[in-house]
This record gives sequence, C-alpha cells and structure tokens, in this order.
Amino acid sequence: MTEVKNLEELFQAKIDAEQKIEPKDWMPDAYRKNLVRQISQHAHSEVVGMLPEGNWISRAPSLKRKAILLAKVQDEAGHGLYLYSAVETMGTSREQTIDDLLSGKAKYSSIFNYPTLTWADIGAVGWLVDGAAIMNQVMLCRTSYGPYARAMVRICKEESFHQRQGYEIMAVLAKGSPEQKEMAQDALNRWWWPSLMMFGPTDANSPHSAQSMKWKIKRQSNDELRQTFIDRTVQQAEVIGLSIPDPDLKWNEETKQYDWGAIDWTEFNNVVAGNGPCNKERLAARNKAHDEGAWVRDAAVAYAAKKAKRKAA
Amino acid sequence: MSQALFTYTLRLADDILILSQRLGEWCGHGPVLEEDIALTNRALDHLGEARNLLTYAGQVEGKGRSEDDLAYLRMERQYTNAKLVEQPNGDYAHTMVRSFLFDAYHLPLMQALTKSNDAQLAAIAGKSVKEATYHLRASSEWIIRFGDGTEESHQRAQAALDNLWTYTGELFESDAVLEEMTKAGIAPDIATIKEAWSKTVDQVLSEATLKRPADAFMMTGGRKGLHSEHMGFILAEMQHVTRAYPGVEW
Ligand SMILES: [Fe+2]
Ligand SMILES: [Fe+2]
Repeated sequence: MTEVKNLEELFQAKIDAEQKIEPKDWMPDAYRKNLVRQISQHAHSEVVGMLPEGNWISRAPSLKRKAILLAKVQDEAGHGLYLYSAVETMGTSREQTIDDLLSGKAKYSSIFNYPTLTWADIGAVGWLVDGAAIMNQVMLCRTSYGPYARAMVRICKEESFHQRQGYEIMAVLAKGSPEQKEMAQDALNRWWWPSLMMFGPTDANSPHSAQSMKWKIKRQSNDELRQTFIDRTVQQAEVIGLSIPDPDLKWNEETKQYDWGAIDWTEFNNVVAGNGPCNKERLAARNKAHDEGAWVRDAAVAYAAKKAKRKAA
Repeated sequence: MSQALFTYTLRLADDILILSQRLGEWCGHGPVLEEDIALTNRALDHLGEARNLLTYAGQVEGKGRSEDDLAYLRMERQYTNAKLVEQPNGDYAHTMVRSFLFDAYHLPLMQALTKSNDAQLAAIAGKSVKEATYHLRASSEWIIRFGDGTEESHQRAQAALDNLWTYTGELFESDAVLEEMTKAGIAPDIATIKEAWSKTVDQVLSEATLKRPADAFMMTGGRKGLHSEHMGFILAEMQHVTRAYPGVEW
C-alpha cells in the first residue's frame, strides 16, 4: 500500500516538474484508463468525422475544392491512425478500441452526428469544427502523456490548414452571389451552437476536469477554451460579413471578451445519448465498412502467412 | 491538328477524372484505415493529372474553357472516357481489379508520353510517371493477395476480372484521331502499350493464380460518348451544385 502511495507521489512529482510520462513508466490505473478513454474517443472522432465531410467529395463544386477536400479527409484518417497507435502504447489493441466504437460502447465527438446539408457546411465544418478542435489540440500538444503530446504536434499543423481552408470557403461564399451568401449564413447558423458544445459541459458540470488538470492531461478548462474560441471566431465572422446566430452576443469592455447566450444543453445531452440527427447513420456506416472489409483483411493476413511459410521452407 | 489534339487530350483527362470520381466514393468507407488513405491518395493523384490535362485541353481548344468548364459543364454524350472507369466500385475486388487493369495501361502510356512531340503532354506525363508506377505496384499487390489469399478473396477477384474484362478492349482501340496523333509523334503506337499491358497482366495474374479471361466480346462506345447508364448519375452527382449556381466562384 505504502509502496503504491510512493509511486503515486513520484508520478505526480514528475508531472509537476513538467516531465512527460512515457509508455514504460509506472502510472496510476486511473490515469491510464482516463487517457485510453480520451485518446480513443479522439481517434474515433477523427474517423467518424470523415463521414460528414466525405459526403461532399463527389459533389464539390470545383476540381480545386474537390482536391482540397479529398486531402483534408485523408488527413483525418491519418490522425485516426496516429491516435490509435497512441492508444496501443497504453496496452489496448487497435482492434479492441475499434470494436468498442462499432458496438456503440465508445463515444466520439457529438459534432459529427450533425448532417452536412449544403456545400457551405464543408466551409463551416473546417472553420468552426476544426477551429474548435484546434483549441483543444494546441493545449494537448503539452499534455503529460508523451505519445499523445507528440501525436498532437503533428496533427495540429494539419488542423490549422483545415481551419484556414474552411474559412476560405466561407469567405468566398460570403462575398459571392446572394444565394451563396445565404448558404454560408445558414451553415453558420446550424453549426455555431454545436461547435460551442464541442468543448464539453460547463466547468461546474464537469466532474472529471479537476483530476485531468492535476495530471496535466488538460491544462485549460472547458469554459476557458470555449471563451477563447468565441472571441476569436466572432471577429473572423465579422471580417467576412456573416453574423453569429446569438442575440445575446456582445462585447464586454470590462472583461475584454464577448458575453454570449445560453447553450441548449438538452440538445447536447440528446445527441450524446444517441438521438442526434445522424448517430445511427454514422455508426451504421462504420459497421458496414468494417463488415464488408472483413474478407479483405482476412485475405491480407492469409497471404502474408503463406508468403512467410514459403520463405521459411 | 488542334482538333485532334483537343480530343486526344480530353480522352486522357476523362479517363482519369472519372476514375478519380469513382475512387473518391470510397473515402471514409475503406476496408481498413490504411486502405482508406491509399484509395484517397489514388483519387487525389488521378484528380491532379486530370486537372492538368483538362486545363491543357482548354488551351488547345482555344475557346477559353477552364478545367471546371470542361469537367462540370459537359453532358454524358460529350464525355469520352473508356467505359471501364465508369463501372461501379462494387466490392473491393472490383475496385482493385478495375484499377489494376487501368494502371497496367496507364503506366506504359505515361512513360511513352514523356517522349511525345507535344511538349505539354510530355511534361504532364513526366509528372505522372512516378505516381503511376506506385499505383500499379499497389494494385498488383492486391490482386496477388486476393488471388493467393483466401478462397473467398480468390473467387471475388476472379469474378471481378471476368466481369470487367469486356471493358479492356476499348483502352486499345484506334480511330482517326489516334492515328493522326500517332503519326504526328504525339501519341505512342497503341499496339506497344497493349503489349506492355498484356505482359503485366499475365505476370500478375499468374502470380495471383487467377485465370486470364478469354478475349471474347469487347465493349466499345466510350470514346464516342456512348456510355453505360452509370455515366449520367456520376455526372448528375458531380455537377449538380455547380450547375445550380451558374457563373459563380467557389
Ligand atoms: Fe483531425
Ligand atoms: Fe481536421
């Protein structure tokens, strides 16, 4: 007992001294569990996130936009791979992690349960969803677990590209024809609040946050990150002449930040509980790809085994 | 001359554009994440080559049509791709066999085009050779894995081969346009491309323990804009946003 306590103290001292925890280091079970859950959720979000955006590859309105979108969705698949590898460093296999997604046991970011209805949604997703993700991910570049932090450094560079490309789509639409501007505004209206929900519950309702902060898995609270995102994004919307769908939004001279309206947490809880507009479709699509791919994966394994056997013979 | 060059360049572009469009359908739905990435990469490489060719075709035509005008504002009767590339993705065996049959033609074609008398086509082909080499290697490896993998994968690969074989003849058809291009030293002699293709196909199929289908009836028509019924849907999906808002920037 005292030995575990000492190990825990040493572990915490290491974290306090800003040293990274590496896979072979001792770590408390709760730290490991917490990280496996967080990193695998993150990995699943990258992979499920390919679906709403992939939805527009065949219909992108110019070849240049098609190429940019293909490359973006491909980047997200890469992010999923790095993150599944990061989970594996904690002793959980990729198969097991993916099985938890497919069975519905594991969560992924609820934002991807919203549909992409028009081309402008591709702009809004890049600008707002990748934009909100970056807030979290920049923070995670300094997270205490080494492999996760290093995966984030690679990922962040690409995410900021995605954010800029999304914003550029919106900027072009906003200064285009009246129909295009309307399309852009409509997309902003639909994606704004779900994007704010991406930061998770308010600090008051976020019971695990304190422990995550102590372990330096997180370094900023949900509310802090959300506020930074709002302050930044409101100004970006102004530049391209779109309006934020929040009647309570106004600049506060005293706090030097925006005051804003209330998030509809009932909607948030509903989507988390599986009742979002596309929860069923997303999971069904992942399961279909997995099931239909089974014979392909089996063939690869069987061929590799035959080849190894022939080589040995 | 410039009419034939326009037609020839457009054919090259249409093949690779429609194949890219088909491959893009896999994005997010691949059998394993690494393959999702590889398929998207293929789609991206093909799209890049298609854009170069379409832009050049527009210049040759001299009517101010851009890559997007040519991609988004032509109807199926004006599209001149081979029917092979418009065939549905089907299962992963169909997708890979379709790509393999195309890659085995595309690589020697691009290699030969680097020596074209048309400097622009030679330059575009020069950029594509490295990618095309990689594509053929990757699709060949899958054909071998499927053929020599499990019983199911073998059957699926053979079925895909048997289904798609009838579309391979069109890749090597000749007509007045191609003859003019070959005479001018712009296009290579298509018979030499077919020879290279056939050799690759035999090698890979033999290693895969798959049977080369007999050269029975070969489908034709794509180069004249006579497509399968799939083509209209491919274009409807690809073009609808662009056509719904004519003349705007994206
Ligand atoms: Fe990502
Ligand atoms: Fe992203």
